[in-house]
Amino acid sequence: MIHLDSIQVTFNPGGPLAKRAIEHIDLTIPTGQFVTVIGGNGAGKSTLLNVLSGDVTPDQGRVLIDGQEVTHWSSARRAQLVARVFQNPLMGSCAELTLEENLALAHSRGRQRGLNLALNRSLRTSFKARLSQLGLGLEKRLGDRMGLLSGGQRQAVSLVMSTLAPQKVLLLDEHTAALDPKTATYILDLTRKIVAEQQLTTLMVTHSMRQALDLGDRTIMLHEGRILFDVSGPERAGLTVSDLLQQFEAKQGEALADDALLLS
Amino acid sequence: MSAVAFWGAIETGLLYGFLSLGVYLSFRILKFPDLTVDGSFPLGAAVAATLIVQGTNPFLATGLAVIAGGLAGLCTAWLSVQLKILNLLASILTMIALYSINLRIMGKPNVALLGQSTLFDQVVLPLPHLPPQLETPILLLIALALVKVGVDAFLSSELGLAMRATGMNPTMAQAQGIATNQLILLGMSMSNALTALVGALFAQIYGFADAALGIGTVVAGLATVILGGVLLPGLTVQRATLSVILGSIVYRLAIALALNVDFLGFQAQDLNLVTAILVVITLVAPNSRSALQTFRKRRKAAYRS
Repeated sequence: MIHLDSIQVTFNPGGPLAKRAIEHIDLTIPTGQFVTVIGGNGAGKSTLLNVLSGDVTPDQGRVLIDGQEVTHWSSARRAQLVARVFQNPLMGSCAELTLEENLALAHSRGRQRGLNLALNRSLRTSFKARLSQLGLGLEKRLGDRMGLLSGGQRQAVSLVMSTLAPQKVLLLDEHTAALDPKTATYILDLTRKIVAEQQLTTLMVTHSMRQALDLGDRTIMLHEGRILFDVSGPERAGLTVSDLLQQFEAKQGEALADDALLLS
Repeated sequence: MSAVAFWGAIETGLLYGFLSLGVYLSFRILKFPDLTVDGSFPLGAAVAATLIVQGTNPFLATGLAVIAGGLAGLCTAWLSVQLKILNLLASILTMIALYSINLRIMGKPNVALLGQSTLFDQVVLPLPHLPPQLETPILLLIALALVKVGVDAFLSSELGLAMRATGMNPTMAQAQGIATNQLILLGMSMSNALTALVGALFAQIYGFADAALGIGTVVAGLATVILGGVLLPGLTVQRATLSVILGSIVYRLAIALALNVDFLGFQAQDLNLVTAILVVITLVAPNSRSALQTFRKRRKAAYRS
């Protein structure tokens, strides 16, 4: 379970460049829920994700994961509870390491690392089994450098990596934004499958209203650092993109001016 | 080149092989440009020589020199990760501080080890017919091989893999729960411990330690790492560590050749000039090969049209 309690985030506080990225957010996500987060540029989506991953420390408020307060944990320490997939496919893995070395790094996430061999036969066998589920033939390429894989393949591997070690929360940061439409669809299907199989508590940030409504069980829209609306259950099931737009205009009293949200 | 010069170059190449491994750890694995080695090399020499002159067992003296080097590396890494000083500047600060510290340790600009029993006097190879000029190179080769295997094993471990990820993609490393700052501290101290080991062995082989010994150490270290990468390219750690050792030996042979070939007219005082020229050649050579090919292709195309 995730619990965000009166979170406020300001970048460059006190200076002339001070910017309030998150005004005030209270949010509780029960275990196993898949939440999609939508909002225009500067709405605070990524900041919200970074507050959960530990990359941003809020100036006010508390972050609790499964009842444990983690507000001031570094991102490295937070990794024992949180797994994440980045927007940029190059960000989530090491290009110069092999596929199996990247998987080994993810396998040790959140554990004390020692002088044991990072790779062994049983690990390789289990990695092969996990990769073969992708249907991309990557199980035959364990020894290839990560940099030789395409963006879509790297993103698929990043998703697998996020599930190799136990986690409480999966964070997906616009993880299909840098992919072509066909590959993006594949990654989204894979996401749906992995999240459903392992019943992960998931927060997915997206730029696309379509995606936000298609995936998950709950959608949150952010605007100027606040939660504008929060729909789930039957109310959400019948919702279309144009409904979402109407809701936005009704609540905000202004038309949504972010083309990316409408077009994608 | 005479046999003496040849074996001398091999010996120096093997001795500086430890430095190459150290610079490989900082420069290649952690992507940390580390000038501390210019200070930790004479630090190792100063600690070992001073202790041996005072009657300390040479093994213990060498061990303490290695620890001193490790602390120097730790200092640089701490300045960088904790105090957020730019990594290059942090290493320069430690380097100049070490100059004073080395003078303090020795109490004078240099210490001679004449007539002292060194590590190389105490280890006797079970090979009675061995020519004396080969004894030190063989001892160095054995020690270097052991350290290389140790470095390989470390870099293949969970911790070592985490260190490699730290240098390649720190954001990803942190997202995988790796405390990158701690690994930078560890890696930098390992790197400078190896450098101080070179200093300690240098003092015992050549019989002195000097405060000015460190000038150009980082350039020599980088040159061997880059040269090794050109001579023996490859992606695995085992191959990379072998390549930097090979680079170290070839580099010393090239210098010996440059200084010993009469028509070039170089003399001992030209060492740093020759070093710089060699480094430029190693840096440019891999690129110029493709530049030459492009040039040829263009000329061919121009000829056709």
